[in-house]
Amino acid sequence: MKRPFALGGTLFRTANHLFLVLLSLACVLPIVHVLAVSLSAQTAVSAGEVLFRPVDFTVQSFDFVVHKPEFFVAMSVTLKRVALGLSLNMLLTMLVAYPLSKRVGQFKLRTGYAWFFVATMLFHGGLIPTFLTVKYTGIMDSVWSLVLPGAVPVFNVVLLLNFFRNLPHALEEAAIVDGAGVWTCLWRIYVPLSLPALATISLFTVVGHWNAWFDGLIYMNSLNHYPLSSYLQTVIIQQDLSRSAVTQDEIELYMNVSAKTIKSAQTFVGMLPILLVYPFLQRYFVKGIVMGSVKE
Amino acid sequence: MGRLKREFPYHLMILPGVLFVLLYSYVPMAGLVIAFQNFVPVLGFSKSSWAGFDNFVYIYHLPSVGQVLWNTLFIAVMKIAAGLLVPIAVALLLNELRLVAFKRTVQTLIYLPHFLSWVILAGILSDVLSLDGIVNRLVTAFGGEPIYFLGDSRIFPFTLVASDVWKEFGFATIVYLAALTGIDPSLYEAARIDGANRWRQTLYVTLPGIVPIIILMATLSLGNVLNAGFDQVFNLYNPSVYSTGDIIDTMIYRVGLQQSQFSVSTALGLFKSFVSFALISISYILAYRFANYRIF
Repeated sequence: MKRPFALGGTLFRTANHLFLVLLSLACVLPIVHVLAVSLSAQTAVSAGEVLFRPVDFTVQSFDFVVHKPEFFVAMSVTLKRVALGLSLNMLLTMLVAYPLSKRVGQFKLRTGYAWFFVATMLFHGGLIPTFLTVKYTGIMDSVWSLVLPGAVPVFNVVLLLNFFRNLPHALEEAAIVDGAGVWTCLWRIYVPLSLPALATISLFTVVGHWNAWFDGLIYMNSLNHYPLSSYLQTVIIQQDLSRSAVTQDEIELYMNVSAKTIKSAQTFVGMLPILLVYPFLQRYFVKGIVMGSVKE
Repeated sequence: MGRLKREFPYHLMILPGVLFVLLYSYVPMAGLVIAFQNFVPVLGFSKSSWAGFDNFVYIYHLPSVGQVLWNTLFIAVMKIAAGLLVPIAVALLLNELRLVAFKRTVQTLIYLPHFLSWVILAGILSDVLSLDGIVNRLVTAFGGEPIYFLGDSRIFPFTLVASDVWKEFGFATIVYLAALTGIDPSLYEAARIDGANRWRQTLYVTLPGIVPIIILMATLSLGNVLNAGFDQVFNLYNPSVYSTGDIIDTMIYRVGLQQSQFSVSTALGLFKSFVSFALISISYILAYRFANYRIF
């Protein structure tokens, strides 16, 4: 739609474009800077020569990061966590959302069940009671402690149940007349019809499990069981040098790295998968964002 | 009898989800009783002695608790205000763009930080905001003194608010942009015929068009008054900024898991959960009343 601009419109338009370009740069340049540092020689970095382009290009920092045995262990824990978490989360989301999407006439207790789940978004046991529950159920220090406590993502359940509700009822009614049961209706009608929604929720679930770091930090007793995000938290934020320090043998192998270039490389590795998938996450339900505005 | 048989598959379907939520959400809620005990892990819930409200009295008399509560409120309320205003302003500016490709690009770039975890972002910010980081290079280039964003306790809360807005504003614009596309174009036409320029159109057509969603988002954000953002603070703070940067959630963590005062930590958590629950409930009731918003 074309709207005529009043006098001064050109000025406003130019300023607006400029402002939005600067805003976009403010979101991207810090990341570009980190990448540039990670790909530069440490001498150039400590001399403050690196801005948004690598100086004396080298991949030694990345080489160093991925050749740490801890890195591979942590990566494998994360992959296991993502695989288990994604399957369990998606399965339970569908199994819970479908009955809840029924009307009271079809499933009398649906409102009661719905409140049973939604209540957990409003009120929590909190850190210590949850920690103790994980401990007493014997899943401490295993990948299950990262997957089972959040097995039912209530937020996604609500998204999917609202999506299910907006699908035409006639399809299911026709299937029931033809003798289809409840399970058939879910797997053969509702799931195929909501593939785009399910794909979006799946991507968010993967990002969520990839990013989660706190549960690994508190539920894992040994550092070898940390998922990648928790491992990165200890090396990037806590700067636990025992885990990332350059040993005597490595000094000769990696002449171009410093603590700062290593940290940058680790940071970049930690966000790489997200940089690759996030453009596909834009098609999100507005309702979901409104709901997500309450953080707890 | 017929109904029970007909609805039985729904109950069966929802059962696994119910069990997980019962175990990992409701059992911890029951575990809140340790806030009223002198809980000792080896004795368990049943054998630990009762403390009445002693833990709450103890917290009330802690010298730091008033400051922590104030920090939490100050940071959270500033985040809520900035987190509402900035996305609205950016959405209005984006709405003025006519080149779709440019608008898309800007949107894609400003969403990016939302998907990265605070571990990664803290890794980036600790570099970018350091004394010789790129932000301070910009500050000094304009003749200013370098600012210690993460180490100066007077500045730290504002660093938290600004970086939180930086992370979330792009994603939060989605809601407002969706509302903006829903405004009837004929209203603009009518306003133009009445002689309204772009500014007046914004004031009298665009803004009133998104007022309902603004009210909804403002109402729902009420539930975040005690959420100053654990992930962010935990990864960015250090002892030199505890005086202004320590919040309830980080205190719960330190008291509970670092000092192992399980009951005290739980009592503090219960206080927070209780107040948050009241606030979220009020916000949902208000949202339902004034914006006809329903969760499910």
